[in-house]
Amino acid sequence: MRGFAALLRRVMRNRLAAAGLVLLAAILLVAVLAPVLPLADPNATDPVRRLKPPFTDGALLGTDALGRDLLSRLIWGARLSLAVGIAASLLAALIGSAIGLVAGYAGRWTDTVLMRGIDTLMAFPYLLLALAVVAALGPGLLNALYAVVIVNIPFFARTVRGVTAGLRSREFVDAARLSGKGEARILLTEVLPNVTPVIVITLSTTVGWMILETAGLSFLGLGSQPPEADLGSMLGEGRKVLINAPHVAAVPGLLVFLIVISLNLIGDGVRDALDPRLRAGVPGRPGAVTRVRRPAARAGGPASGDALLAVADLRTAFETPHGPVDAVKGVSVSVRRGECLGIIGESGSGKSVTALSIGRLVASPPGVITGGSVRFDGEDLLAAPPGVLRRLRGGRIAYVFQDPLTTLHPLMRVGDQVAEAIRAHRPMARAAATAEAARLFAAVRLPDQETIGSAYPHELSGGQRQRVSIAMALANDPDLVIADEPTTALDVTVQAEILDLLDGLRRDRGLAVIFISHDFGVIARLCDRVAVMLKGEIVEEGPAAAVLAEPRHPYTRKLVAAVPIPGRARDILAAPVEGGAR
Amino acid sequence: MAAYIAGRLIALVPVLFGLSLIVFTIMALIPGDPATAILGSYATPENVERLNRELGLDRSLPVQYATWLGNVVAGDLGQSTSLNRPVLDEVMERFPATLILAGAALVLASVLGLLAGIVSAVRQYGLADKLVTLAVLVGISMPSFWLGLLLILAFSVRLKVLPVSGMYAIYGGGDAADLLRHLVLPATTLAIVAAGIIARLTRSAMLEVLRQDFIRTARAKGLPERRVVFVHALRAALVTVIPVIGVQAGFVLGGAVYIETVFQWPGIGRMLVDAISTRDILLVQGGVLVVAASYVLLNLVADVLQRLMDPRIGA
Repeated sequence: MRGFAALLRRVMRNRLAAAGLVLLAAILLVAVLAPVLPLADPNATDPVRRLKPPFTDGALLGTDALGRDLLSRLIWGARLSLAVGIAASLLAALIGSAIGLVAGYAGRWTDTVLMRGIDTLMAFPYLLLALAVVAALGPGLLNALYAVVIVNIPFFARTVRGVTAGLRSREFVDAARLSGKGEARILLTEVLPNVTPVIVITLSTTVGWMILETAGLSFLGLGSQPPEADLGSMLGEGRKVLINAPHVAAVPGLLVFLIVISLNLIGDGVRDALDPRLRAGVPGRPGAVTRVRRPAARAGGPASGDALLAVADLRTAFETPHGPVDAVKGVSVSVRRGECLGIIGESGSGKSVTALSIGRLVASPPGVITGGSVRFDGEDLLAAPPGVLRRLRGGRIAYVFQDPLTTLHPLMRVGDQVAEAIRAHRPMARAAATAEAARLFAAVRLPDQETIGSAYPHELSGGQRQRVSIAMALANDPDLVIADEPTTALDVTVQAEILDLLDGLRRDRGLAVIFISHDFGVIARLCDRVAVMLKGEIVEEGPAAAVLAEPRHPYTRKLVAAVPIPGRARDILAAPVEGGAR
Repeated sequence: MAAYIAGRLIALVPVLFGLSLIVFTIMALIPGDPATAILGSYATPENVERLNRELGLDRSLPVQYATWLGNVVAGDLGQSTSLNRPVLDEVMERFPATLILAGAALVLASVLGLLAGIVSAVRQYGLADKLVTLAVLVGISMPSFWLGLLLILAFSVRLKVLPVSGMYAIYGGGDAADLLRHLVLPATTLAIVAAGIIARLTRSAMLEVLRQDFIRTARAKGLPERRVVFVHALRAALVTVIPVIGVQAGFVLGGAVYIETVFQWPGIGRMLVDAISTRDILLVQGGVLVVAASYVLLNLVADVLQRLMDPRIGA
């Protein structure tokens, strides 16, 4: 019961769910109290007072075609609808969960037979099965209830079976089995408690449907039979006088709607409260450009001199429920035309965030740039409007990312992806862009340049995929290529090929390159200068050869030492890092 | 792909077999004596016995099932007692009307649901998102038969811009424009719930996709945000949305029963409701079987579509 109280508290914290709960409680209360409320007899006909409109004296909601008091009928009808709907839900939950528990726990042929049956039930269009059941049993409220139960059993059976099958081989179940408990007892005392939340979620999300369906069957004249009337059959009767007295149909329909919407609100609340994935709070979706929120006085930053790119005092943070976390804490780097700058650091050092901040590609929210400047060819990108950034991205500034399996679109042909990059900056006919893409594939030394474009990423090898990414980056003859761990996902021989390719392209085309890696060996091979990052700051910077030969910062020494030399790794890693970030 | 479709068609056989078994079983469980039900309570015992023999009801259930299934496969669904004509003729005459209604509703629901879901995801937590979320909640909580009545009141009775009911005007109608005018209200009513569910799912699928790395790549290429959302994100999201549209087809086919009743649409749903009240068992059996089989085929189409959308499946 304490679990239930906690759940209730969590649901009530959700304002919409709380509103639903209050609404439903009010309706339930009135329905339960119907016998003691001062209501007219719901079945007393009065031919003189037929079809009175609402707010008539003595009939607050008016009267129906037989002169019966609508308010009274509405409350008694709601009582019946709720009773039948809730009974149907509980029965469906009970039977469906039992089937799911047994199928999931027993496995093998029991599972196969039961779930085949359930699948076949689900092969029917929903309501049609209910109709078939009512057709067999004959019209009547109780038969409508059975029909709704049968139709809803599969939802419970499937969900519960899935969870149970996952629990079957868990340690606590094995332990119970070893301690000599019988299978039935294990199922009820060990498995069932763990499955209950799933049953509650399914119940709370389906009870609204079930009330709707019972009302629907009654509306069709297949549920409650006169003189007995639930909300659905009242609606059905009202339909006959729709044009002269619309309130007779409108009012019971409105009540069904209110009941169902309150149940759906509660259902959503329960699901959110019980689903652990939602509990942490869902972050907003990332926008097209990273937000910038920097102190006005510092906007602009120093002039960039002769550098193609000058990053000064860059600060990037991530907003979390516990306040902002700084990932980049005042980084300054610059790259000249044709130069290669390496940024090295362990994962979490802020090197990728720095790289993404340049093109304002940090996911935002939660990312936000809180200070500094990024000057590209003199223009401050942190102040640039989205249109300017869009033209620069893939145009003069191109990116190559780490894992091309996740960074290429999985459902688009690679040729189209490259052609698209071309056409985003240079309007041309599709065929011309495709031919251009084939030339790029040749430049990155992909085999079968003419046909490889029609492949999907998953059909290529890792090295081929990364060549496609590089071709895409080169599509519009950029001035700067930012390569974020482009070889990390590849094996060593392929890695060497890709590095050679990048190096050759850079020299041929006079590209400026920012190369991000955690591997000093890779950087030393490719870059003129290197910046070493630790915990969001640059701790050392200089010509690559000099830093490699004479690392000054202890962290750099560890990185240099981590370049694999057989037998040395262990004692270097054991040594403590003195100093840390500046 | 052809081999895949062929394989899936073969896999349909046991499903269709299961469907027929369930339909037959339900009907076989009918309490009381069908012959008495058909002939009425004043029938002589001899007549009841003769009819039972004619209907094959004096034989064992498995034999009855085998006979019935054989007839069904041969296209003989029996004779409707209330209409006094072959069930298959009646069903085939009614089915196109249901297909038009359900098809229009499903298309409408998909378009509305996808658009609302995309807008909602792109403007997450914004005003548009809140409005869509509210509209979805209201839409899926609304009894469709009630909504249909309200729409008739508003558009047919008060504003007099659309016909109250039926599929064609009784005098002088019959062309496509006439059908369209009659279709607007029932198709909209039928589409609302499905549109809500599709919108909900599209929203969450889009939000999931928009967080993926390949979306960042699309932006790094300098694509216009329009293209990032409507081409790159939507294409990936559709892979999860299309099976749901397939499932919704079942809800729409079922929901058509209410809508056909409300709008006097001459489809299979209304036929079934009438057949149930006249206890015309064979007509119910035949109608349910045909609609269920077409739903199974529809789901096959959805699977094939999903496969065409996602080259990774089965690779």
